[in-house]
Amino acid sequence: MSDAYPKMIATVSEPATSTRDWVAELRGPDSEPAVAELHALLLRAARFELSRRRGQLAHLQRHDVDDLANQSADDALLAVLAKLDEFAGRSRFTTWAYKFALLEAAVKARRRAWHTREIVTDHELWPEPRDPGRSAQERLEERELMDALRDAIADTLTPNQREVFTALALNGVPVDVLAEERGTTRGALYKTLHDARRKLRAALAAGGHIAEGSS
Amino acid sequence: MSIHELLGPEGPEIGCEECFERLDEYVELELEGADADRRVPGMLEHLQGCPACREEHDSLRDLLREPT
Repeated sequence: MSDAYPKMIATVSEPATSTRDWVAELRGPDSEPAVAELHALLLRAARFELSRRRGQLAHLQRHDVDDLANQSADDALLAVLAKLDEFAGRSRFTTWAYKFALLEAAVKARRRAWHTREIVTDHELWPEPRDPGRSAQERLEERELMDALRDAIADTLTPNQREVFTALALNGVPVDVLAEERGTTRGALYKTLHDARRKLRAALAAGGHIAEGSS
Repeated sequence: MSIHELLGPEGPEIGCEECFERLDEYVELELEGADADRRVPGMLEHLQGCPACREEHDSLRDLLREPT
């Protein structure tokens, strides 16, 4: 993912030479202006994220999207202020702060987009293939591979791994949405998915369906 | 959906928490043209395997490239 990016970071980020000490300003006795400025930056980032997702949020009124942006900026501000000790200076402060706003907005948008949709965890219910326009031979090979995968899901995964793999990998449920429903964390769910994928890859390789060391 | 997408990346990868922790550093390295994947090993694989983290990576990268 590091190909062909421009050498210059564009203007929404602080200049590389910026020596502004945001942490000191935010901790100082007169922090109000810095806090307000940071909130404005976080709101900009939240709006940016929500505008990328306007297709997902088409059912919301404009003021609802605005509320979502403000809630995201508020929550991100609290997170940033609570984690100032963790800012290690490996990036510009504003880049570090933006990621909190983008995360808050993305999570809220995914949950809004999915709150009326069913979360499928039954591994017998597979989504339709997205690329049916292939040759008969390719479709046959694909079907054999998918049958082997279906068997491996049934035979090698624990019930929890099966449900998580089915929801996240097969049905594209966002990890935050499943985490909220299950009362767990995104990281824990991804670890479950990772372990399930490793088992499935090993089972398919053992059956000669994929090459060792490939997916 | 291909078998490759379903089974995710082959190599070692970091988890979602470490991805979030180092995302700002990784994206700045990318935008500077530095070797982000060598400096943050396992990030690229995680972004290939985790759609949510990939979306947030792409958003941060694109936000930083936005003119004000």
